[in-house]
Amino acid sequence: MPKTQLSMTVNGQAVDALVEPRMLLVHFLREQLNLTGTHVGCDTTHCGACTVDLDGKSVKSCTLFAIQANGAEIRTIEGMAAADGSLHALQEGFREMHGLQCGFCTPGMILRAYRLLQENKSPSEDEIRFGISGNLCRCTGYQNIVKAIQYAAAKLNGVPFQEAAE
Amino acid sequence: MIPASFEYHRPKSVPEAVALLADLGEDARALAGGHSLIPMMKLRLATPEHLVDLAGIGDLKGIRADGGDIVIGAMTTQHELIASDLLAAQIPIMREASLLIADPQVRYVGTVGGNVANGDPGNDLPAVMLCLGASYHVAGKAGERRIPAREFYRGAYVTTLAPGEILTAVRIPVPPSSHGAAYEKLKRKVGDYATAAAAVVLTMRAGRVESCSIGLTNVAERPLWAEDAAKILVGSSLDAATVKRAVAAAEAITAPAEDTRGPVRYRTKMAGVMLARALARAQQRARSA
Repeated sequence: MPKTQLSMTVNGQAVDALVEPRMLLVHFLREQLNLTGTHVGCDTTHCGACTVDLDGKSVKSCTLFAIQANGAEIRTIEGMAAADGSLHALQEGFREMHGLQCGFCTPGMILRAYRLLQENKSPSEDEIRFGISGNLCRCTGYQNIVKAIQYAAAKLNGVPFQEAAE
Repeated sequence: MIPASFEYHRPKSVPEAVALLADLGEDARALAGGHSLIPMMKLRLATPEHLVDLAGIGDLKGIRADGGDIVIGAMTTQHELIASDLLAAQIPIMREASLLIADPQVRYVGTVGGNVANGDPGNDLPAVMLCLGASYHVAGKAGERRIPAREFYRGAYVTTLAPGEILTAVRIPVPPSSHGAAYEKLKRKVGDYATAAAAVVLTMRAGRVESCSIGLTNVAERPLWAEDAAKILVGSSLDAATVKRAVAAAEAITAPAEDTRGPVRYRTKMAGVMLARALARAQQRARSA
């Protein structure tokens, strides 16, 4: 099958490549661009480990062909920290609030939370839980992931983070 | 999982898309959001040799008022349905049902056209379309036609869409502003298809049901329009005895599959429970004329 020309912007960098149309976006990111922070979890659109940000939407990159993202602007976990290595507020929140244990779901969680906070700067706990309902974590029980996102929201809003009493 | 090879096409207009589909014949499939088709391709349950991606066709996007109807382009995503102020104000059941589809990531990509045209009995919007009396705009090489949603579904994945035709828009008559509506869905977890779900749209006059329409999701090989159940309710005050008769009439037309969501009797009963809850909520929301 002939390969197709593909252009996109990934983490601010222009990318041009030739791909087979059947190549999934997650395989393109991982295998052709070596951006292995985006994980393949269930490979069936359920778990959200492969979530990336595409043109202002959170998408599961195991369920899109790379060619569908032609012309798109994509952000992956590798594009979250600043150029000087300082962590994004979400990454800092996950570290400070113990929002990860094994870490497998974390890139997808962070990218999903990134878009959630773009759309809703101060989400309630319920809104956070609803917002990340397409991302599965088998370690944390989600408590600390919710706190990590609350931490990041507070930091991005420039207000002190107050942990809710349990 | 890696799908079989295919050739990718990205037409810029509806005529170009239908011409492509006509030329390529049975080996081609239209691609909308892809969140039904791509998983099938990964499992090699679908192996189209050509994909005709509809994403580049601007005419298939958008939500607009047209007389007494709202017309939604087929490639409008479920996320866009949820965000639409027009729908929230005039047909709020669209927002309520869309919020129960899959999960946020799927809703950013999944489209209204894909959801209603695929003929998957698990999809939520078809029963809502039956309930609302929607019609589908369809384009093929021979031209355009409209198909009432209530005549569209024949069986699991079997619709009256002819080979080479694509669904371009759904047209929904706006219910009276006094109407009440609700979509009740029982599911095991976020992202699951319904164990059973019910859509209700009704209007009330002087404390009695003036009009009522009911759709049921995933309790038969196709979405169901529960016409007899709705007729039983018209003229009633939604008293317990009448609701019970209507629920029995709705349960009588179900034929759910026995699967991991439960045995046939359970899913039938849950269709009735969802209907009773949807009726109660729709009644609360209706403004009596």
